[in-house]
Amino acid sequence: MKLIYTDVLVIGGGLAGMRTAIGVKRRGLDTLVLSLVPAKRSHSVAAQGGMQASLANCVKAAGDNEDIHFQDTVRGSDWGCDQQVARMFTHMAPKAVRELAAWGVPWNRVRKGEHEVVINGQRVTLTAPAKAHGLITARDFGGTKKWRTCYTSDGTGHAMLYTLGDQAVAASIPVEERKEAMALIHDQGRCYGAVVRDLISGELSAYLAKATVMATGGYGRIYGVSTNAIINEGIGQALALETGVARLANMEAVQFHPTAIVPAGILVTEGCRGDGGLLRDKDGHRFMPDYEPDKKELASRDVVSRRMAEHMRKGKGVASPYGDHLWLDITVLGEAHINKNLREVKDICQYFLGIDPSKEWIPVRPTQHYSMGGIRTDYRGESPWLSGLFACGEVACWDMHGFNRLGGNSVAETVVSGMLVSEYIADFCQKPENDLTVSTHLAAEFLQRETDKLKRLFTSSGDENAVAIRKRMEQILMEKVGLFRNGEHLREAVEELQQLLIRSRQISVASQAQGANPELVLAYRLPRMLKIAIGIALGALQRTESRGAHYREDHPERNDRDWLNRTLCHWNSEDDTLPVLDYEPLDVNTMELPPGFRGYGTKNIIEHPATEARQTQVDRITEAAPSDLNEQLMPFRHLLPEKYRGDNERLEDSNP
Amino acid sequence: MKRTLNFNIFRYNPQDPASHPHMEAYTLQETAGMTLFIALNQIRELQAPSLAFDFVCRAGVCGSCSMLINGRPRLACRTLTESLPDTITLLPLPTFELIADLSVNSGKWMRAMSERLETWVHSVEETDLDRIELPMDPDLAEHIYELDRCIECGCCVTACGTAQMREDFIGAVGINKIARFKADPRDQRNDQDYYAVVGDDDGVFGCMSLLGCQDVCPKELSLQTQIAYIRRKMAFAGL
Repeated sequence: MKLIYTDVLVIGGGLAGMRTAIGVKRRGLDTLVLSLVPAKRSHSVAAQGGMQASLANCVKAAGDNEDIHFQDTVRGSDWGCDQQVARMFTHMAPKAVRELAAWGVPWNRVRKGEHEVVINGQRVTLTAPAKAHGLITARDFGGTKKWRTCYTSDGTGHAMLYTLGDQAVAASIPVEERKEAMALIHDQGRCYGAVVRDLISGELSAYLAKATVMATGGYGRIYGVSTNAIINEGIGQALALETGVARLANMEAVQFHPTAIVPAGILVTEGCRGDGGLLRDKDGHRFMPDYEPDKKELASRDVVSRRMAEHMRKGKGVASPYGDHLWLDITVLGEAHINKNLREVKDICQYFLGIDPSKEWIPVRPTQHYSMGGIRTDYRGESPWLSGLFACGEVACWDMHGFNRLGGNSVAETVVSGMLVSEYIADFCQKPENDLTVSTHLAAEFLQRETDKLKRLFTSSGDENAVAIRKRMEQILMEKVGLFRNGEHLREAVEELQQLLIRSRQISVASQAQGANPELVLAYRLPRMLKIAIGIALGALQRTESRGAHYREDHPERNDRDWLNRTLCHWNSEDDTLPVLDYEPLDVNTMELPPGFRGYGTKNIIEHPATEARQTQVDRITEAAPSDLNEQLMPFRHLLPEKYRGDNERLEDSNP
Repeated sequence: MKRTLNFNIFRYNPQDPASHPHMEAYTLQETAGMTLFIALNQIRELQAPSLAFDFVCRAGVCGSCSMLINGRPRLACRTLTESLPDTITLLPLPTFELIADLSVNSGKWMRAMSERLETWVHSVEETDLDRIELPMDPDLAEHIYELDRCIECGCCVTACGTAQMREDFIGAVGINKIARFKADPRDQRNDQDYYAVVGDDDGVFGCMSLLGCQDVCPKELSLQTQIAYIRRKMAFAGL
């Protein structure tokens, strides 16, 4: 038996995992990172438009601060998020951008003097003051009151991931590439590491650690068309679910991005609309102002996606062999802007569509993009049910996004959560009671279990075909658990997905190669994907309301009275075909921003009985304007690691 | 444009004692907008379940899927089959360790390169994260990003004459990294420091100026210019 020991085992080499590893290493702990692919090829690299942080350096960001970022985030979440976590996040985001700036990210900078931008289809001249020259600039994104999204052209994730990847090399952090976690090793509510398969040699090993961190990204690829990298199959969430102890949360909260190209499903950034791009229908009509006269193309993602689908249902879509689509028009931005700030978009249009986006419109439609749900953790990133298991980034639900995520808040979340969770992990590891007392017998038992499972796949006489089952799963999720949902379709989805899970137990593998073997990989991952799919469908079926990205045609109202809560999901026994759901209430009485109307469409909310009283209380405290307003409304600073509690400086502070 | 495509694909799994290196033929009906990502997945799904290849982003930004496509190193994900003749020959990138079939271990090579050239900002100062960041000239930030756009796909290394002869040659990818950090005032290394890592025949002086790298770079980086620039600077540094 091969045993490897480290203090902190990080599973996943994207932005969240890398920042976590760097953080714990700086605290003097031993760590190693496992990655399915070379770490710099992780899905973080595909983030284009940028990361939100309220630096308030550019003209259209004047007056921005953590409060406004917080309010945008909570509204964006349709009040589904944990407000303390959202507060911690908005407080940390400026620090994260500044840290990355010091480490080498070439953020685009403010240029003093006059420059032309496109706002609401019109060319406008802005004048940047000399004092802001050279500071980090920002662009507009959907659902935000200020221009807050910091960027490097439209390759922000690339620049960030390469910087963090290189910092990990600088810190001599080992990154074991092409390694896949197969099971979490745990006993009596304590996680001890993972069984890991080498994707080149096929060898299984046991990695033991004081703390195990999941940073494996989202579950987009279980949908038939997704903007996600093909490795985002929800396996991290599934491994947590398969412990039977750890719980997932809000799995039904799945985001569709308004602008992925048709048919490839590749994302073109929200920065296209942020920089002034427009959505048009088959008649060339700009339709978003008809639906959302205030925010138009820059309404929250869930709203824009639904409005687009609604408009196509009215017969205004452009027919194509791959189904209807709409147009994204960035010709208004001009060639020079596109060549400098939207160059990946230009490449994507050129290589995948054969068009020049400075001259032609881009065919787009809403496409699966982001998983708000994930492994439920507390604000420290730890599972409340499985001590020693941490999670951060998209795989986790510590819950800053609730039921809809704002554009630019996910890359920001990856690094912020990495900064925070690494500190909490280091605190955890340094407590004597968290020393590792695991017996090698336990590791051997888990290793043997995985070895046997693989052996069964190699020798199975089952006649099920993994590719066919997977395709059907993808199709069910697209058709029945997508943008518009209803009870009848969801019931059918839950039913058929269970049948697929049962069938998946009869998959056999023809190729006997022990090492690189894509057929084997699909065979062992598929049942895990199906469990996640069932979790999404069941969560969506039971949640009889509409909130953020979860939209029920048969329950179009947001129902705070009955559903202001977080769905929790756990899986009791390996033989089950359904998870068990229960619900964790959100407490209106502790909210800094009590539930309200987001301002899209017409108001359709069943109020929570406590909302009105809490709102009155919040108004009274706010009116009195005490110096410690945050502390009185909803204290959060005490939750942060001490070194991150300081105020963020801005230009308006330094030049009164 | 209903064509039947004839694929010749290199097959070999070094971990499998029964496997030996050979070319295998597959045929496929072309569909509109078909990329090699779509084509290879269809071949795997219907004809060759064990066929190994690497795609991650499938959008031309992660650098995983470079392979020899009719003899030329390219990103497979963004190569449309309509840009290719009826017969398509696919081989793994040479110069990198073969994992199986079309999958190579370019990640291992790139990590070793990063360790050797120390491809990170060397700075001793701790940053106060509460304070306003240091300003940087907007043009300089854009210039650094221009050099930072490399996706470590390995095409330039495969296309390099020197890399075929010198196992430890850092390739255009490595020289471009040095140009990127040299341009960055946050990196406090000086020319002598850079000379210490690239000032030899496995570094910038190994380049024979054949410039295959420039021809094949999928991100159209200015590799020729960067190699010339670093060579000139390093020649002075070595005096």
